Amino acid sequence: MSNKGDTSAPLLAGRDLVKAHGRTRALCGASVDLRAGEILAVTGTSGSGKSTLLHCLAGIVRPDQGSVAYDGQRLDRLPEKRLSELRRSDFGVVFQFGQLIPELTAFDNVALPLMLAGASRTEARSRAGEWLERFGVLGQQELRPGEMSGGQAQRVSLARALVTGPKVVFADEPTGALDSLASEQVMTALTHTARESGTAVLLITHDAQVAAYADREVRLSDGATVAAEVTA
Amino acid sequence: MSTRHILLGLLKAGPSHGYDLKRRHDERFPQARPLAYGQVYTTLQRLVRDGLAEVDGTDADGGPERTLYRSTQAGAHELARWAGEIAAPAPFVANEIFAKVVVSILADGDPAAYLRAQRAAHMERMRELTAVKTAPHSDLATVLSADYALNHLDADLRWINTTAARLTHLTAEVDTA
Repeated sequence: MSNKGDTSAPLLAGRDLVKAHGRTRALCGASVDLRAGEILAVTGTSGSGKSTLLHCLAGIVRPDQGSVAYDGQRLDRLPEKRLSELRRSDFGVVFQFGQLIPELTAFDNVALPLMLAGASRTEARSRAGEWLERFGVLGQQELRPGEMSGGQAQRVSLARALVTGPKVVFADEPTGALDSLASEQVMTALTHTARESGTAVLLITHDAQVAAYADREVRLSDGATVAAEVTA
Repeated sequence: MSTRHILLGLLKAGPSHGYDLKRRHDERFPQARPLAYGQVYTTLQRLVRDGLAEVDGTDADGGPERTLYRSTQAGAHELARWAGEIAAPAPFVANEIFAKVVVSILADGDPAAYLRAQRAAHMERMRELTAVKTAPHSDLATVLSADYALNHLDADLRWINTTAARLTHLTAEVDTA
């Protein structure tokens, strides 16, 4: 789906975000809109502030200045408990290294978020199976993360991120540790599934070929969005 | 790209006429410029002149009569030689993007603005190619062709990014001098 020229209100909006880590300013006034169902790539060189931007937009850290609005709520002002609930119910996160629980099988890794959200074991297992199948890794369901290839483990991570039906998936360099073909499988699976389910994706990447899976791109330079490309 | 060798390769599947060769070429190389009929027939005549192909009768098939061509033994050898020949890892220094940036620096223009606009155009094309490549039921020729174009555009983009960063540093140095 392309959202070019879409003037609808953004689902998630970061405005004039500033965030410092100690004396280093990671974000210096970045602004980003993510619309419902949109796949947006955030690109930039190492140290340009991409991951810090993701952390602010996902409510993982609070910005020092600026605002983050999600579905009409100011995330940067929500109490921690409410923020935590919202992250669990509405957001999914995938990192470069999937951060699956190493002691659990693929199946249990995907079923776990559902059980934490109150689903019965039977329901969780049924839905986990469906999502592993959608990402083409049902055959690996009884394997632990260390027994899978990087691409398989990352597809399990995607299944885990999407199994709860989030409105937004944040993916931080999801293919950074993969070769080009495994990267293609992961990106195809992520974008096809997100488009089918209407899930918005904020994709952090330094790789233009990965960014090309998105509907549009926002580029960061020295912690600020490059103005000419925000509305590309 | 060597049209004569590509036509020889297509003739490997069996005798064919110019119209069919053009159609198969355009299907096999969807990202390339479509072949002009005139170019196909001129190339076929040169292949015959050089002994690499020969006329194999005519085929009417209910329509106008068309000359069929087939590859010769010499054509098969030439195709094998060309297919195994290493292409020169060319320095690509004559690229238009490179030339525009250099001229822009020399003429006191705005190379950074040009690079940003060029980068956006490259990304747009890469999004189109990615959509083509990942569409359900894309055939192998389409995927390989899109991969090839994507990797070359990506190489351009890396150069664009590096050059943009160099221009920024250069400007910073000038400003603080």
